[in-house]
Amino acid sequence: MTLAVRCRNVVKSFDSEAGPLRVLHGVDIDVPWGEMTMLVGPSGCGKTTLLSIVSGILSFDSGAVEVDGHDVARMSDSARVAFRRANLGFIFQQYNLLPALTAAENAAVPLVAAGIDLETAAKKAMPLLERLGMGEHARKLPRQLSGGQQQRVAIARALVHEPKLVVCDEPTAALDATGGRNAMELLRAASVRADRATIVVTHDHRIFDFADRIVRMEDGRIAAVEDKAPEIVP
Amino acid sequence: MGTVALRMLFGDPGKYLGLVFGIAFATLLMAQQAGLFIGIIGRTVSQIVDVREADMWVMDPRVKYSDVNEPMTDTQLYRVRSVEGVAWALPFLRNMGTVRSPDGILEQILLIGVDDATLAGVPPKFVLGDLDALRAPDAIAIDKSGFMRLWPDAPLDLGREVEINDRRVRVAAIVDASAPFATSPVIFARYSLALNLAAQRRSQLSYVIARAAAGHDAAEVAARIAAETGLQATTSAGFARMTVLYFLRNTGIPINFGITIALGFIVGAAIVGQTFFLFVVENLKQFGALKAIGVGNLAILRMVLLQAGVAAVTGYSLGIGMAAAFFHFVPRANDALRGLVLPWEVAAGVAAAVLAIIAVASFASVRRVLVVDPAIVFRG
Repeated sequence: MTLAVRCRNVVKSFDSEAGPLRVLHGVDIDVPWGEMTMLVGPSGCGKTTLLSIVSGILSFDSGAVEVDGHDVARMSDSARVAFRRANLGFIFQQYNLLPALTAAENAAVPLVAAGIDLETAAKKAMPLLERLGMGEHARKLPRQLSGGQQQRVAIARALVHEPKLVVCDEPTAALDATGGRNAMELLRAASVRADRATIVVTHDHRIFDFADRIVRMEDGRIAAVEDKAPEIVP
Repeated sequence: MGTVALRMLFGDPGKYLGLVFGIAFATLLMAQQAGLFIGIIGRTVSQIVDVREADMWVMDPRVKYSDVNEPMTDTQLYRVRSVEGVAWALPFLRNMGTVRSPDGILEQILLIGVDDATLAGVPPKFVLGDLDALRAPDAIAIDKSGFMRLWPDAPLDLGREVEINDRRVRVAAIVDASAPFATSPVIFARYSLALNLAAQRRSQLSYVIARAAAGHDAAEVAARIAAETGLQATTSAGFARMTVLYFLRNTGIPINFGITIALGFIVGAAIVGQTFFLFVVENLKQFGALKAIGVGNLAILRMVLLQAGVAAVTGYSLGIGMAAAFFHFVPRANDALRGLVLPWEVAAGVAAAVLAIIAVASFASVRRVLVVDPAIVFRG
């Protein structure tokens, strides 16, 4: 069985005034289907860089990265964009909702990017918004929503196009403890399926309970992998 | 993604209105000034354009433009008539003078003397009276604007008397003449009367106006006149061009208007460029998120250009509408400004300038969006 994500010996450096700064030192990581994998570790350990590489929005120096069996590095730029559009869902720390669009329209953006008109796409996003408890707020603009509500819209946006891989960057960083747990409960319930994998980058140890697997990173390397009992939601 | 782009644009009303009004202001300034410039430059050839019957003008070789002429003798008229290809040639006097109304109003006037027999050279449109009225002794025609300057509160009528260079004449007709450059009253009289009014010696004519015979090209006939008589001869269009070029080269008009038009362009470009750049920069994270989600650079480019295009079209429409309103209402409210219009060429030229402004504004913004790293969305 293929893995959702398979990284082998991934090396990544950034230019700095002092010369090339290596942030990933040959990272190996497997992300199986049907699990929520959390990448944890101190600031600067390379979590977000690895997430960006897995997402196909950042190139790497050497190694191999496969997502759903596809070699991301071998894709052309346009093919990589199309691959992301079809197969990846994103949840950002600051939500990054478009301020001029309603909650339903924001949730529908991946469908619009795929060529569906905004009105139709917003209607398609409604069942998911309702499932996330946002049905009554669907017509509101982001500024009219609380942080937790905005994060739910972001979750809906990440899942509306049925992606195979959901990547989340510090999804609870802007939420209080209760809001963070609520968001993770919704994210886990909505995103974890047998044919989908979810990667969460987080500092927030309060949400580690939601992970099926915790990958600890230190100084650009995988320090430990902690497998927990998988909890697959069909 | 077009709808999303427009929602982003309209969703920031402050910047959207800033863009629209920046473009509208630039459009208004450029169109209004360019229209005024063309209108004022056009006035330098009003008395050439109003002579519809002629297609050639013959004058002393030293003449550089229509306002200043070197008088010629009547014999030159006969020499022009003798050139092959000339259907007819007539005298034409153009002189400055002063007119005094019975109320004591003193005005400088432009006095035009036309051939006694044919009266060729009088504008065809009469507001009151008719062409034949000029055949009466001491009869003159005055342009409508001149009448209103001499008798500001009086209704348009005929029979009023004025003194031109201390000689009394009677208003026998009111014509709709093109506005002269200096907006002086324009008075038309028979050539013989005009000579007396201008206190010129007999047989001193300003121009010979002529028409090429059927089957002859006016430019070729004009060249033949020049060769055979030693006078300067040109087509009406050529004389108009010569006059316009003289004003363009020897007055500050083009520089003054040019500076204002350039300022309109520069200020417009600066305001619009800065506002649009800020709009895009403030939305960089949103564009980055869209790129991460899977919106390609081409689609992003289309979004930015659509936003710029909509702002440009809206601003241009508003600005050109205001300019059109200016040229529609202001000349009607002030007769001295009659004839000033907004030529379609100006509207088209300003549209091109606005396109250039928006291209400049878009260029830097588009570049920022296209190079934005979608990984920006992962940096809190």
